[in-house]
Amino acid sequence: MAKELKGLLVDYEFCSGCHACEVACKKSHGLGAGQYGVLVTKFGPFQKPDGRWEMDFVPHFGELCDLCADRVASGRKPSCVHHCQSFAIQYGTVAELAEKIDKTKMALFVPQGQ
Amino acid sequence: MRRDPSEIIPRDYDEGVYRNEWRWQEGDLTVTRSAQYTAPGCHDSCSLLYYTDADGNLVDVEGDPRSSYNSGRLCMRCLNMLETVNHPERLGHPMKRVGERGEDKWEQITWDEAYDIIVENVHDVWENYGPQSIVGMQGTGRNVVWQVPMLTFMGFGSPNMSGGFLSGDACYLPRIIGCALYGGGLWVVDAAQFHEKRYLDENWTKPELVLVWGNNPVASNADGFYGHWIVDLMRMGTRLITIDPRMTWLAVRSEQWLAIRPGTDAALALAMINVAVEEDLYDHEFVEKWTFGFDELKARAAEYAPEVAAEICYLDTEEIRKAARAFATAKPAAIQWGVSLDQQTHGVQAAAALSHLGAMCGNLDVPGGNVFAISAYNVCDNYSCGQFAVDPELMKKRIGEDSTPLHRGGFAQLAQEDAVLRAIETDEPYPVRMIWMQGTNPIANMGADSPRVYRALKRVPFIVVVDAVKTPTIVACADLVLPCAMSCERNSARAWNWPMRSLVQVTQHEECKSDETIILEVGKRLKPENWPWETDTELITWWIQGGGSPDKPWPQKAGFTWEDLREDVMMWEEEYPYRKYEKGLLRPDGQPGFMTPTGLYEFKSVLFEAWGLDPLPFFCEPPESPVSTPELAREYPYVLTTGMRSFEFFHSEHRNLETMREFHPDPITEISPAVAAANGIEEGDWIWVENMRGRCRQRAHLNPSHPDWLVSSEHGWWFPEREAAEPSLYGVFDSNINNLTPMEQIGPVGLGAPYKCQICRIYKDDGSVPNPTETIIREGGPFNG
Ligand code: SF4
Repeated sequence: MAKELKGLLVDYEFCSGCHACEVACKKSHGLGAGQYGVLVTKFGPFQKPDGRWEMDFVPHFGELCDLCADRVASGRKPSCVHHCQSFAIQYGTVAELAEKIDKTKMALFVPQGQ
Repeated sequence: MRRDPSEIIPRDYDEGVYRNEWRWQEGDLTVTRSAQYTAPGCHDSCSLLYYTDADGNLVDVEGDPRSSYNSGRLCMRCLNMLETVNHPERLGHPMKRVGERGEDKWEQITWDEAYDIIVENVHDVWENYGPQSIVGMQGTGRNVVWQVPMLTFMGFGSPNMSGGFLSGDACYLPRIIGCALYGGGLWVVDAAQFHEKRYLDENWTKPELVLVWGNNPVASNADGFYGHWIVDLMRMGTRLITIDPRMTWLAVRSEQWLAIRPGTDAALALAMINVAVEEDLYDHEFVEKWTFGFDELKARAAEYAPEVAAEICYLDTEEIRKAARAFATAKPAAIQWGVSLDQQTHGVQAAAALSHLGAMCGNLDVPGGNVFAISAYNVCDNYSCGQFAVDPELMKKRIGEDSTPLHRGGFAQLAQEDAVLRAIETDEPYPVRMIWMQGTNPIANMGADSPRVYRALKRVPFIVVVDAVKTPTIVACADLVLPCAMSCERNSARAWNWPMRSLVQVTQHEECKSDETIILEVGKRLKPENWPWETDTELITWWIQGGGSPDKPWPQKAGFTWEDLREDVMMWEEEYPYRKYEKGLLRPDGQPGFMTPTGLYEFKSVLFEAWGLDPLPFFCEPPESPVSTPELAREYPYVLTTGMRSFEFFHSEHRNLETMREFHPDPITEISPAVAAANGIEEGDWIWVENMRGRCRQRAHLNPSHPDWLVSSEHGWWFPEREAAEPSLYGVFDSNINNLTPMEQIGPVGLGAPYKCQICRIYKDDGSVPNPTETIIREGGPFNG
């Protein structure tokens, strides 16, 4: 691996499922209907044995995600990172991001399109 | 894990890319810092960067990371701004109707021709009926809040400023006017939004607990409150309790979720007061020093033991106790309330009960509590802008002015909207000859009993509609259509609440004009003496500097102009004062206390008592419910709540946008799997939601967390992809939940209406029921002719 891998660290405790990342990605990449660099997936809702409910949203970064290479080259953050309404996505090298995992309900994505 | 306030808002943006200027050049593109405030509609005004090319085309938008309002974030609607602004279906020119109403036949005319038609019609009404026969109407979440009143009062000379047939003014006004009467002002959650430094301000503390009551703020962003501020608070460790029949995302993250029966909020709030009193958990010092009527409130709350409320509200007694204890012992605690409080017949009483709970627990105007919300720099950001120009005697002729003691007392902000409908239908107290609608689409949204509203509008001889896209209301009723500019095409400003933000025109669509330009040009032609300003920005500067609002000890009015604001992008106060009642900042006489007759926070309202109304909060069953109408409820066994919010749409807007429809193609009604099974319904089936008044067709979504007694439907649906001309009319009544809601079921205060506490039955659409739009248009149906 010649270059250092970059990734997106998601704090899915706070992903509200608002679709901002999906639209930010579609618009910055000119994607058509049904095409996504990131798609928010829903886990639940279901009732756990203790009676409490579980429902999470997790953005899934697919093959069209190039980590906004053009934006990053111009001094910007990936559009989803910039616009996430919960500030729940961070961008960096995989090593930097791994260091930032300090709680549960976090997921590190290493998109293929980089 | 609690994050430190310094960790919430990212400050690591590139300062060279996001400059501290209002405008700069980046390569071939011009970058302009502005705020979004309509069209399209939204209650918030997030700061954004517009990128325009050398030809003045809008080519990109980005959230402004320097803004302390949204800190770079944007929701999907602003992120889709290019599609919205460059949409082929936008209106671009004034149009005059040439066929019959409903035929969708128009002729493009010039602005001057349009203004001539308006002037001619206004003069005709003035001479033959008097100015009061002209009604001004506006929608919600459009930057026309002060503009339409100003035109109505200072241009048409009419006292009749109204909304779009919003029964009982049932959106915010029950809470706003209620709060004004018993507490002297409206409050909101303190999420540090009044401080430029936000969570780092040294005077601010985070709420320990937020009681999210009857709203889903992350989706609705209502009333200037950016919903994801709640998420910021959660990341700092704020706990939540959610009161909502539906299990929202916030409810899942709350320490308690109370799935309350819609329309019973007053009973629950009074029971929580009961517990706080019984267990002595309230703030004695605040209550003794600053309030009036606590003993009477105690006596009233004694009637609402948690057991009593549990039965009324479909809740668990222990859960109520627990929530009351958690709220009363959290210091500070705040209430994030929503339109559900307003959308019941006794909305003011429900709001009063909840407000009293917050106040007695010592949360009023303290850091991290519920703080008084007044518009930035005391601008006249409300429906009274320009009212000084109307003769007080004529003001008394306002429609519905004699309908309630509150209206007679001069405390209403609008012509009573149910009375306006009746006036159109009956010509009493006088005929309505002309309606000016700006940014409202009442038959698709807002108006209850929309078939009735549709029929009434057909009676009005002259209707002008100002909007950005062609709506069902335009096709059905407009005689003249004026195209309004979108947010990026207008110079303007946003106040509610803080900071003052600039809107800067960066592009132009066809011949569209801004709402300010339109009212100025119409006003000048009608009453030039009232309209001394030459340009839109001169008018906006007048407004920024107060817009004629009376002086108050706080906040001070602004001395700056729109051009100064544009330069600074947003303006904040040096320091936002807390505990203003201690400092004499709430009363015009500068004395400590609240702006009420007693100078105290009134648990028992002196004004209500003087008007012969119950001065204390109480619970009253919704007019139609399993309890109040058990016979009817056998036929319509489910409680129906309407207006379920989604991220994609603002009320009836955004339906024409392909991207929004990709995410949200159809109207959704949520039911539980058990209710679905009992009615032979499967996920995604089209179903009829029906009651005594009408029916509409939506798609079933089965939600396992949904209570088995509840049906939740969306509002605002029409289908821009369908034929415009009647009887198609964009299918506006097919999925319209307001086929089922009533006008004129308002309480003794005239504020509040039962939009969210209906009853219904549901059944699968097997194709045998005729299309409601065609039936209503051809036969006048659905059920009430
Ligand atoms: S809440 Fe959404 S639509 Fe409203 S101004 Fe902010 S980003 Fe735009």
